[in-house]
Amino acid sequence: MHLLQVDSLTKRYGHETLALNEISFDVRPGEFVAIIGPSGAGKSTLLRCLNRLIDISSGQVHFDGVNVSSLRGAALRRQRTQIGMIFQHYNLVNRLSVIENVLHGRLGYKGTFAGILGLYSEQEKQDAVRIIESVGLGEQIYKRCDQLSGGQKQRVGIARALVQQPKMLLCDEPIASLDPNSSKIIMDTLREINQNLGITVLVNLHQVDVALRYADRLIGIKRGQLVFDGDPNLITDHQIHQIYGSESGDLMLNPRERYAAA
Amino acid sequence: MQPLDIFQLRRRHAIFFFLVLVALTYGAVLVTEYDTVRGLTALPRAATWAASNFVPDAEAFRRLPRILAKLLDTVLMAISSATVASACGLVVALMGATTTRLHPWLSLPARGIASVFRNIDVSAWALILLFSFGQSSYTGYFALFFVTFGFIVRVMIETIDEVSTDSVEALRATGAGYLAIISQSIIPACLPQLISWVLFMIETNIRSATLVGILTGTGIGFAFDLYFKSFNYSSASLVVLVIVVAVLLIESLSNAIRRAVL
Repeated sequence: MHLLQVDSLTKRYGHETLALNEISFDVRPGEFVAIIGPSGAGKSTLLRCLNRLIDISSGQVHFDGVNVSSLRGAALRRQRTQIGMIFQHYNLVNRLSVIENVLHGRLGYKGTFAGILGLYSEQEKQDAVRIIESVGLGEQIYKRCDQLSGGQKQRVGIARALVQQPKMLLCDEPIASLDPNSSKIIMDTLREINQNLGITVLVNLHQVDVALRYADRLIGIKRGQLVFDGDPNLITDHQIHQIYGSESGDLMLNPRERYAAA
Repeated sequence: MQPLDIFQLRRRHAIFFFLVLVALTYGAVLVTEYDTVRGLTALPRAATWAASNFVPDAEAFRRLPRILAKLLDTVLMAISSATVASACGLVVALMGATTTRLHPWLSLPARGIASVFRNIDVSAWALILLFSFGQSSYTGYFALFFVTFGFIVRVMIETIDEVSTDSVEALRATGAGYLAIISQSIIPACLPQLISWVLFMIETNIRSATLVGILTGTGIGFAFDLYFKSFNYSSASLVVLVIVVAVLLIESLSNAIRRAVL
């Protein structure tokens, strides 16, 4: 049984630009999938088509047995509560405290009235505190988010996704704006979530070495097309160079050696 | 010939600009037949007249309670028009901002309406509204209301798009509804700017209300007009002093509020 089935997913902007071209893949529950590819390849568009932040031009997306591509209104909102999302720029409300931002993850479960007033139950607040402590921000619960470092902000983003109690996490370049140390903390956190909570993780990455180290499975995207789908151990340097274009060969010289050394 | 370096080029631009400015000034003096010498020598005489006539005397100070009552009218009108217009303006701004509009077609009318209200001067609005409301407080109130409304819509559209695009995306991904997104993400993110602009509009409206009062026969503006036209210069000067003090007080008060919220 697959958790996510993507079938001939196509996204067009206008008549000319083809952002995603007939992408098909399946994801099993509990997999840790890394999507790699150069900037502008369509990785972010792909993730946003999965929770319909972007409308799909043609093709089908099934998540947990539901056809996501045709959902609208309340049904779409209910569907989105099942999928957490983490962003490159954290996308927090910077003026609010950590706990307020984390509780935003519960808004999808709220009716109109409770949502507008931001009414959360005692249980939800306790869950939020527990999750904030589990990502190591116990000291910062009431701090405003603009006082946090980048790595801490991203952990708030992860906590916000986790209080949704999602079945899957979509991570859009979660470490692209972070230093190596914070990046490692974030990727380790994602792996723990994947292994301990059994939540499926789909993560867009620039860094091939990171993808090779953490992922169970690698998907390569180039100019909107799926060019690799399989075990990270089976991808060849040649294929990596193909995904990123020949000119960039020097930049990721022997990623496997760096992977082995790390 | 050597190509001009950037510093020479910049110096030439500066000299050219200065010459154009001199030519424009000279042309304007010729067209309006302005006598520079007489204009400058008139200044000391004007100052002497003001020093002897435009000074509050004991009789003027006996009128102070009445003047202060009028001032209170004007200040309250400025505050109520600014706050109510800002509330209405915020709703229209939500329709106009790219991040929050319900439909792309709503954006242009929202911006258009704001532009019309903003670009007609407050005194022109007062004169137009005189036909509907006559010489009453309503005329002044709506004149200030319209200009504030137009201004707030414009600045809040920009603020909303600038401040909250990222967090809106995050909250949409959690499945939050439209109104919950506005109240939990956009309002908290934009609140300091909104308060700051409302305070700015209150200050502006107090100044404008004086002018509008002259036209509509209400408030402190009417008091000034009345004393001035009845050659009671000492009382008119007290009105001016009271306005200056009131504006300074309100400015320092709103600066204190700004420091507290930002």
